[in-house]
Amino acid sequence: MTIPVDPAMASATKNTMMDAPASPLTTSSDATNSAPASSTSGGAVTAPIPTMTKRARTVESIIGVIALVGTVATVVLGLWVTPPDEVQGDLVRLVYVHPGVAWVALYAAFAMAAVSSLLYLWPRTRSLFWDRLAAASVEVGVVFNICTLASGAIWGRPTWGVWWVWDARLTSTAVLLVLFLGYLALRRVPAEPEVRARRSAFVALFAAVDIPIVHFSVLWWRTLHQGATVLNANLSPQIHGSMAWTLLLGFVALTLVFVWMLLVRYRIGVLEDWLAGNELDLAIEERRAEGVAEGVDEGVAGRVADGVGDGSTADPVGAV
Amino acid sequence: MWRDAVLVAGKDLRIEARSRVALSQVAPFGLIALVLFAFALGPDRSIMIKGAPGLFWVAVLFCTVLAVQRSVSVESADGARDGLRLSGLDPAGLFLGKSCAIAAQLIVLEVVLGAGVVVLYGARVAVPWLVVVSCLLGTVGLATTGTLYGALSSGLRVRETLLPFLLLPIVTPVLLAGTRIWQAALAGGTPADASPWLRLLVVFDAVYVAMGVVVFGPIQESA
Repeated sequence: MTIPVDPAMASATKNTMMDAPASPLTTSSDATNSAPASSTSGGAVTAPIPTMTKRARTVESIIGVIALVGTVATVVLGLWVTPPDEVQGDLVRLVYVHPGVAWVALYAAFAMAAVSSLLYLWPRTRSLFWDRLAAASVEVGVVFNICTLASGAIWGRPTWGVWWVWDARLTSTAVLLVLFLGYLALRRVPAEPEVRARRSAFVALFAAVDIPIVHFSVLWWRTLHQGATVLNANLSPQIHGSMAWTLLLGFVALTLVFVWMLLVRYRIGVLEDWLAGNELDLAIEERRAEGVAEGVDEGVAGRVADGVGDGSTADPVGAV
Repeated sequence: MWRDAVLVAGKDLRIEARSRVALSQVAPFGLIALVLFAFALGPDRSIMIKGAPGLFWVAVLFCTVLAVQRSVSVESADGARDGLRLSGLDPAGLFLGKSCAIAAQLIVLEVVLGAGVVVLYGARVAVPWLVVVSCLLGTVGLATTGTLYGALSSGLRVRETLLPFLLLPIVTPVLLAGTRIWQAALAGGTPADASPWLRLLVVFDAVYVAMGVVVFGPIQESA
């Protein structure tokens, strides 16, 4: 958000500022509006940016590095080291990624969101920590969910001949995605942090309860089942040793990618909340700095910064 | 709780009886939807009969969204929501009352739409009781979830667009179960064909009625 300031005003000399028609806001600003913003004399008026502790930063980086190495190793093993499947040929290589992504999307992220929402709603454990964690896991979950559907479709096209089949697993995954997207849409509606947290926690809870019912209904609706066999067929006893290891590695690596993304998203969530609370103060400080840089009379700048100017000389910026 | 529910349901139905929004606007909308479905499918009667159960339930879902919007907007004017909150009515009663009012309107709408399906699509109902039971159970599920999401979105400016987005995916089990039961009913199937679906509807209803009774108070506070 930027605060519109008339450029002529910003570079105004002392006299023009004095003569500038004072808006009703300007006259009252000294007494009320600008008091909290300029109470500390010219110094930092905003809350300090929340920073991570050194240990948290280290943990985040370590997880990130391991996740990256694991993913690269999975790709290398999956594409070059493991042999092609007898029946599926090179198509089987998708199996090193797809189940891992699906596990994160359908179980890890979703369960995390449901549990954190519940913990937020529980009065004893109510804290914005759980709300941010739920939001982060839903957002990362959506990414993984889209990857699940995309990789499934890529596998399905040559195998089944179509991009999409109305199979139970696919359909409930798609419904889950829509529910997640609804949750994110609700979060985008501007509101007080507590109100938003509560509202979204309820939506997550309703969705969590709904998912098993959706799953069963879709299962009965269409039991042309191929989803589970994808995994089972490849885990059958004749599976090549390197294939099993690569599959396992893929699971671990993708789970770590999920954890890392969750940590980063949580950190961004904290910063977003901080920004939402301090946006106005920050913009005011920025404008004030601009005014000083452009050579506004020092006397006025000083007085304005100290918040001791009389009503008519109060800076137009502070009044906006 | 029950007395409060009756009071609230009576209030909502009285408003509906005087304004006739559901009857004069939502019901015609449902019929228009049925006609549009027919246009989309072409004049072949056999396709229409085959699709009739699903089309009926999709039309019901659309009407549910409108009925819930109406139920929420009734409270949004003149600080009625705050009035209700301050009235000291039991939140559970409030939830049940609003759900019952929506359910009553939906049942009337379903009768109209059912008649439309029979007349327009030429569908013949072989097992009428299955149709009736599925409508009753489905209506309970739609009304309770609708009331919950209506309350959640009541204070939002983007309510009109957000509500269908949140509500429709949640009620997919009702659509699937209702459609399958209707298919059995139209094809003259045995109750055994429909029994898992009926059980699914019962579970869905029980879950959301219980949930609404427990959490409607906190939801109201957060709106």
